[in-house]
Formats: sequence, structure tokens, C-alpha cells
Amino acid sequence: MVETEQVQPVTGAEPAVRARDVTRRYGEGETAVDALRGVSLDVQSGKLTAVMGPSGSGKSTLMHILAGLDKPTAGSVEIGDTEITTLGDNELTKLRREHIGFVFQFFNLLPMLTAEENIVLPLTIAGEKPDNAFLSELLARTGLTDRRTHRPAELSGGQQQRVAIARALVSRPTIVFADEPTGNLDSKTSGEILDLMRNSVDTYGQTTVMVTHEARAAAIADRILFLADGLIVRELGANAEAGDVLAVMNELGAN
Amino acid sequence: MLAVALKGLAGRKLRSVLTAFAIVLGVAMVSGTFVLTDTIQRGFDTIFTQSLKNADAVVTGHQAFGSSGGQPVLSPSVPASVLAKVRAAPDVEQAAPSISDEAQLIDHDGKAIVNGGAPNIATGIDPSLTRFNPLTLVAGHWPHGADEVVIDTGTARKHHFQVGDTIGVAARGPIQKFRVAGLAKFSGVSFGGATLAIFDIPTAQKLFHKEGRYDRIDVAAKPLTPADKLVRELRSVLPPTVDVRTTSEQVKVDSSDTNTFLNIFRYILLVFGGVALFVGSFVIANTLSITIAQRTREFATLRTIGASRRQVLGAVIVEALVVGTLASLIGLFAGFGLARLLDSLLVSFGIDLPKAGLVYATRTFVVALVVGIGVALLASLRPAFRATRVPPIAAVREGAELPPGRFAWLKPYLSLAAAALGIALLAFALFKSGLGTARVLTLLGVGVLLLFAGVAGFSSRLVRPLARVLGWPAERLGGAPGRLARSNAERNPVRTASTAAALMIGVALVVFLAVLAAGMRTTFRSAVNDVFHADYAITAQNNFSPIYPSVGRAATHVPGVTVASSIRGDLGRAFGSTLQVSAVEPNVGRVMTQRWEAGSPAALSHLDGNGAIVSHSFADKHHLKLGSHFKLLTTSGRELDLVVRAIFRPLHDTPATLLGSVTISTSTFDRTFVQPKNLYTLVDTRGGASDANARRLEQVLKAFPNAKLQTKKQFVDNQLSGINTLLGLLLVLLALSIVVSIVGIVNTLVLTVYERTRELGMLRAVGMTRRQVRRMIRYESVVTALIGATLGIVLGLGLAALVTSRISFLTYAVPTAQIVGFVVAAILVGILAAILPARRASRLNVLEALQYE
Repeated sequence: MVETEQVQPVTGAEPAVRARDVTRRYGEGETAVDALRGVSLDVQSGKLTAVMGPSGSGKSTLMHILAGLDKPTAGSVEIGDTEITTLGDNELTKLRREHIGFVFQFFNLLPMLTAEENIVLPLTIAGEKPDNAFLSELLARTGLTDRRTHRPAELSGGQQQRVAIARALVSRPTIVFADEPTGNLDSKTSGEILDLMRNSVDTYGQTTVMVTHEARAAAIADRILFLADGLIVRELGANAEAGDVLAVMNELGAN
Repeated sequence: MLAVALKGLAGRKLRSVLTAFAIVLGVAMVSGTFVLTDTIQRGFDTIFTQSLKNADAVVTGHQAFGSSGGQPVLSPSVPASVLAKVRAAPDVEQAAPSISDEAQLIDHDGKAIVNGGAPNIATGIDPSLTRFNPLTLVAGHWPHGADEVVIDTGTARKHHFQVGDTIGVAARGPIQKFRVAGLAKFSGVSFGGATLAIFDIPTAQKLFHKEGRYDRIDVAAKPLTPADKLVRELRSVLPPTVDVRTTSEQVKVDSSDTNTFLNIFRYILLVFGGVALFVGSFVIANTLSITIAQRTREFATLRTIGASRRQVLGAVIVEALVVGTLASLIGLFAGFGLARLLDSLLVSFGIDLPKAGLVYATRTFVVALVVGIGVALLASLRPAFRATRVPPIAAVREGAELPPGRFAWLKPYLSLAAAALGIALLAFALFKSGLGTARVLTLLGVGVLLLFAGVAGFSSRLVRPLARVLGWPAERLGGAPGRLARSNAERNPVRTASTAAALMIGVALVVFLAVLAAGMRTTFRSAVNDVFHADYAITAQNNFSPIYPSVGRAATHVPGVTVASSIRGDLGRAFGSTLQVSAVEPNVGRVMTQRWEAGSPAALSHLDGNGAIVSHSFADKHHLKLGSHFKLLTTSGRELDLVVRAIFRPLHDTPATLLGSVTISTSTFDRTFVQPKNLYTLVDTRGGASDANARRLEQVLKAFPNAKLQTKKQFVDNQLSGINTLLGLLLVLLALSIVVSIVGIVNTLVLTVYERTRELGMLRAVGMTRRQVRRMIRYESVVTALIGATLGIVLGLGLAALVTSRISFLTYAVPTAQIVGFVVAAILVGILAAILPARRASRLNVLEALQYE
């Protein structure tokens, strides 16, 4: 166990997500596992926050709870001004439509839809028309302009993930959650995807939370949170290099 | 979201096509049934309407009571004086008398031209009154004189008769020869199996012993006289022994028998369409459930990017609706083809009915589409609601399983309750007296549906033990693939159970029918053996049409014949309901035994003018004892005052095929019934059945080509052939449902292969050969089919037991050989269903299969 004091929430203007004393326990009785043991944090707007930690640290659980995919055993999570832990299914659906974008490790594209159809799917589902100028810009920025009519099966892994990123951005959500976005890609492609993510934060001020276990991925973040055993144990700032991240990870892993 | 659903379908072509196929067949059966029965209906309507062409009113003898159960009640003929009165009426412009009766045409080989139960119509017309003649002359001229006949073009074509040929006609007596004067047809209608013989009136009167009488008078009113005025006028001048009707009323009367028959016929065919659709709904529900389980991540992803539960629900339902609509449309049109196929099937089973051009009624389109789409929709509901339970977080979890519903634990109990309720409804419908036919049938239908659905729902609990037992031979024969096949069948019991359930339904119905048919055979055989003591029986060629008494009389005089006793039959009416009346000759006691509850066998030989023998059940129902009086209305309109002389109780409870509820003497019968006919003649000979006796009888019967001489054993077999034919026809119709369930097995296997791609790749990688992969899939298919067959056989036997315990004249007889045959057929079904999936599985590229995500 790392002897570090609980990192205090950063008090800034209008955090996109605010979590307080979040705990998550799986199972009951003697076999119960505490995945999160009281995490508090503010996700700053317009910034890229990385959540790192060794496997089993609770980083995925944290993201699922922040994104409203899972409910905490105790504690509160607010996105914007909305407390999401008590929302019903319909309200959560509305929240996802308006405020949340997802990028998954395995892309999760619909195989029968073209790249462009996949990208605009969140708008289609919400019954909205895509902003064509913005869509063209997204396609250009993700390098998919000449791939828009291709189906996922006809795209490389990197291209598929770019489609997924464009899909997450298309509705200009309050926050994008990325779950190991480079976990299923080779290192060159990973670099491209990370550039794209960084780029979307810089260009659109897109608030993004990325869960990863790769130091290189975390290094592009404005802020890196380290989880171990269900607690935030360390934090690095924007200027952290991959080497610094690795050092922290080694330190955490060494214990 | 709609686009997502539609593109999803397009991306799963094979599955969608297989799913659709389950609906196509059922809908095709529904639309085919409608097209065929409408076409037949129009055929009859055209004939009946055309027959009254240009008439405004029709005069016939008074029909004593309405036809019943498709058995016609003949009207007596009217005397010529009626025609004179009609012609004298002021508003009558023209009146045409005619004779209608029955006569068989005899082909070049001396055989009667009889097609199943189709009528052999004989008419006598006055060709000079052309306005009333519904027929079109195609060749030659209308019949004129005592030796001329005009026959229908269909018969002429099939049996190679031309104008000028000589043709035999069997009317009331022995064959008479006629010259074919011409060929005629009804325009726009095929006659089906019916034959037509047209004579001039005096010839017909002589042939049918109706000298000085007519069966019908068509009347045309003077211009500007309304038909109802004419009818009123005629009624006022004619005696009450005749019926005067407007043309449309007459058409209604004429067509009421055929309509009753056609309605029953239509419902029976629709039931088979319904069964196919019911089976199809299992296939669809199962396919959707499997695809939804496989698409868990897809639904979860949709949820994470903002799709609501309602949208997921909608997507699945839309998918089912699209498949349902397309399949229903295909089925609708396939049904038009199936109508022809059904017709050929019926013709091959001896049911050849008149047909006009194919009729496509709006109702056919509406019902076929509504039913097909409705079934697809209903079948999709449960899977669709399951899909809504996919949590968004499943998007990020590998191998996420659908959470069981809140009420999943209730399912086995609900299924058992449904099955129990089904059995209760069946028992209630069968054993509760006083329910109307419609209600009984509805209760039976709902009960069977509930029972099937309940057993299907519970059967997932039975898959494991059944697979253990049924899969054992596969394990022994198949080695590793066999073992894997058996455990694959067990691994998703719900899926295997639903797949097997589709086959179960078809098999249950097949077994049920087979047991009932076997029961009827057993009962009938022993009943005949108990009652008949004759060496020979004479019936019509088709075994069931009544024949003219001249045949029985002719047999009496054959040397060597000791007894020839004819039993006549017709409908009569007593105590407000229509019933079967028989008539026996005094010598009947020498060839027939009954068990007497009251009175003595002597009553059979000593029936006097008003004496009656009644059945035990009839006496019971109407509280009749020896000496009780009751009234019987005959077809000629006479009311007989009968006295009960004896009450018999059949040794076995048999349906009233041997003697009717009421039996009177032949002499009384012949005086009071219109056109008395024999059901059969029992003949005893000196020395018993022998070649010599048969030869002597055959010699005499040659003059009556429609008569068939049979030994007692042949008689029983021939009577039973009707049951066998019917069973055969029903089994062919049930085959449709079996095909649907095969599609279900194919579908499940294809989906399973797809789902286990990686696993199959692994098996291939560790050395399983393609042949072994195929064998594994095949065995799994056979095990599934056998589970369905086993459940079906048990259910079918149970249902049959329930029904036979209610219907006293049916014994419960299990046709073991047939059931073994069904099991073999189920194995074949399994092998057949596995062909396509096994091929797909064996052709998997090992490398790709292992990398498959």
C-alpha cells in the first residue's frame, strides 16, 4: 500500500464531472471486493484527464461510474449540475445523448453501417440532423473523408478507432470517456489515435477522461490520476513525460 | 434507428431468409386455402347460378327438412299437373320442366365413371326451351329420343368419347346403351370429378321411373313482372306440396350443402396453416432470441451512445415486422401456387371439385398478411423485451450475458401451469356435456395451444436427461464428435428446447392422428365382425355412395345365394333433430346380429308397417321403451307414427354406420322416402365365400358397374380405406409444419456454428477433421430432433388417450410400427437439417476462425 495522502479535489471553475466519496463494492459477505474505496475528484472542463493504475486498481470501475454505466455503492457523481447516481434509465439515456461520448477498446462499431453512418449514429438515435460542416470537418480531421462509405470490416483497426472517436465527438458532448482507446492497436496506430484525442481537446476544448494502462497514452494528458487498490494515490500534471508516468507506475507496482 | 434495424437484417441475410421461411410456409397455406376454397366455391356458385339462368322462379317438390352434415335431403318430384297450373298463371311467360337424378356413365372398359364422392348428375331437359338451358353445346346436337344422351366435355375427353359413340348409362336398373348425341359444358367452370348425362324429358322420366312427373320447373315472368310477385302468384295457385322460390332463394338452398362442406373443408385446411404458423412462431422467437444474445454488445453500444430501451425494443420489433411483412407477401403469392398444388393433392386423394378461374379475394390478401405479420410480431415480443434488458455496461464487458428477467424463476412454474390449464381446458371441452360445437372446438384449440406452449416452456428442464439418453448412441457411435455433440445439445438447454419444441408440435399431432386412426380401425373391424354374418357385401364402387335397390334385388336371384338382404339408409327427422334412418328386409336377421337391450332378434324379421327398432342411445335420449310411440318425418314429407319394437345396443359402441338411430321396414321406407337407396347389400351363399359363388355374383353384377362385390374382409378393408386416405391426406398437410420445424433446426444450428466459430477453429487446430466436424453438427441435430420427437410422441399419445377416453367408440390403439417410423423420420429430419450448417462449420478457415472477434 502506497503511503500517500488522499489527493484533494482540484477546485477550479465549473468542473465537468464532480465525484465525492465514491465507493463500489462487488459481491457480499466474505467474498466482497471493494473496487473503489472512497474516491473524490473533479474533472476539469476542456482538459484531458488520464486515469492510470495497474490492473485491479479500480480505474475501469471509476470510469464506468463517472459515465453512469455502473452505480456506486455510496457517494455522489455529478455531471454538469446533475447528480447521476440516482437517475432512472430514461434520464440516463437522455444524459448520454446530451452529455456523454464513448470510445471503447474494441471500437464497438455497428458492422452493417458505413463509417459515416456509424459516426452520426448518436445524432440519428437522438433524432437530430448532423451539422454537415462539422461532420465534414470531423471526417477531415480524423482522416476518414475518403473512407466514409466503407464498412468497419473494410477499415483497419486505427481507422475503426478514428470512426469511434468521431462518433464520440459528433454530438459535442460535455465529456468523452475513452476506455483503453489504444489497448487493441499497434504502437504506431496508437500514436495516431493519441494525437487525435489530444487534438480534439486542444481544438474543441473537448473535456475527455481516458482510462489507460499505457504510460505513453497517459503522458498526453493534462492531468494524470493514479489509482491503486480503489483509491487515488498520486497525480501528475500536464508536463509529465512518459518516463515520469512509468516511474510512478513502477513505484505503485513495486509495492 | 429504423435504418439500423433494416441494415442489421441485410447484414444477416441467411438468418433472415431462414426466419422468413418459417412464416412463408404458414402464410402460403392460409392464402392457398382461401384461393382454393374460393375457387371451388365460385365453381359451385357458377354452376348453381347458371343452372337457373333466365328463370325468375323455381318450383320443386316440398323439401321436408333441410340437409344435414353435407348429406342432401332430396325433394320429391311433382306431378305434371303442377306444370299445367304454372303455365296457366297469368304472369308466367314460359315454364321449363326438368328432371334431375343420378346416373353413372360407363367407360369403354365397362367400368362406371365414378370419381371419389363427386356426383354423377343426370338431367332431363327440353332443349327447345333454350333460354333456361345453362349448358353450352360444344359438338353434336341436344338429345332427342329414347337412345340419345349428351355428356359433359370433361368426361368425354378423359374417357375418349365422341359424338356418335355408344355409351352405357347405369340409372335405376341395369346398364342401358345410348348414343352420344352431343357434348356440352358449363362455360367458365370445370366440373371436377362430377359427370353429366343429359337426356330429353321423356327418356329421363322413363329411366328414373318418374313418368308424368318433374323434379323442377323453371319459370320466367312476363316482362316487367317482379320475381316476388310471380312467386306470390304461383304460391297461390299451386298446392302446398311444392316449394316456390325466387332464383336467389333456390341458389341458396342448392348451395347450402356444398357451402357447409366447403366451410368445414376450409377450416380444416386453415387449421393446418395455423399449425404451421404456430410452429413458425417458435422458430422465429428462437432465432430472434439467439441473435439477440449474440448481439448483446451491439445493443449495449447503442445504449451507450444514447439509444433508449424503447428504441432497442422498437429496433427488434421493426426487424421482425420487416421479416414478417416480406415473408407474408412471399407466402401470399406462394399460396397462389400452393392452391394448385393442394388441388392436385386433393384430386390424387379422390376429392375433385368444380372450379372456376382462380379467385383472389381481398379477404385472402388481408388475412394472409395480418396473420403472417401478426405472428412475426407476437413471436418477437419476448426476445425484444429481453433485448431491452441489455445494460449499457455490456458494451465494455467481454462475453457479457443477458441478465435473467425479474420473473425468469417463474418460467418453469408458469409453463407447468399453462400446460395444466391446457389439459384442464381439453378435459372440460371433452367431458362437459351441453357445450356447442363451436365452443368445444375453441376450447380444444386453446387447450392444445396452451399445452404445447407450456410443455415447450418447461422442456428446457428435460433437455439434459433426454440428451443423456438419446445422445448415448451418438456417443457410442461417434467417438469424440459424438460426445461433443451430445454436450453441445445440453449446453444451452433453453435453445435446444425451443428448437425441439417446433418439431414436437408436428410430431405430437401426427402421433395423435395415427393413434385415432388406429383406434377407429380396431373398433370398426371388431364392430363389423360382431354384427355382420354374411359372406359378401355389395356397395358402390367408392364404398360409400348409396346405390339403387335394383342391384340388391338382382343379387337375390343369383344361383347359390341363400340370403341377399339390403340395408337402405337416409335422413329423417324426429324429436326436432335430423338423424340417420335405416331400413331392413325381413331376412336381415340371417346376416346380422345385434345385442338386444329390449325386444328380441325376431323384431328384425317382423317389422310391420309402423314398427321401429331404435338404438340404445336414441331410446335413452328420448325416454323410449318397448311400445313407445314417436313420430318420424320422412324426406317425402310424410310423418310416420312409429312404435318401438326393439332396442339394440351395439356390442361395441360404434358410430352409426351399420344401423341408424331408427330402423324401419324396407316396405315402409320405400313408400315414404324419396328415391330409396341401399347403403349395402349383405349376401350369404351356399358353401360360403368361394370363387364359384363370387363368379356367379360378379356375372350378374356386370350389369351394374357401380356395384362392388366384396368378401366380408374386403368390405372391412374398403370401409377402412377411407380412414387411411383421410389420415394420409392429413399427414401430408402436417408435413408443412414439419418442414417449418426443420427450418427451425437449421436456423439454430447455423447460428450456433456462427457463435462457436472460435471454438470450432480450436477443435480443427487440435486435429479434428472436417468430416468429424460435420459429424459433430449432424449428431447434435439428430439429438435435438429426437428430443422433439420424444416429447411429441409422449404428448401425442397423451392427447389421444384423453380423446379416446371420451369418445366411447374409439379404442386406444398404439400403432407401434408407425411410431417407430416417426422416430426414424425424426432422425432423418435431424440429418437433413444438419446438411447446410455442417457444411458451413466444416469449411471454416482454421486461422480466421481463431482470430475471429
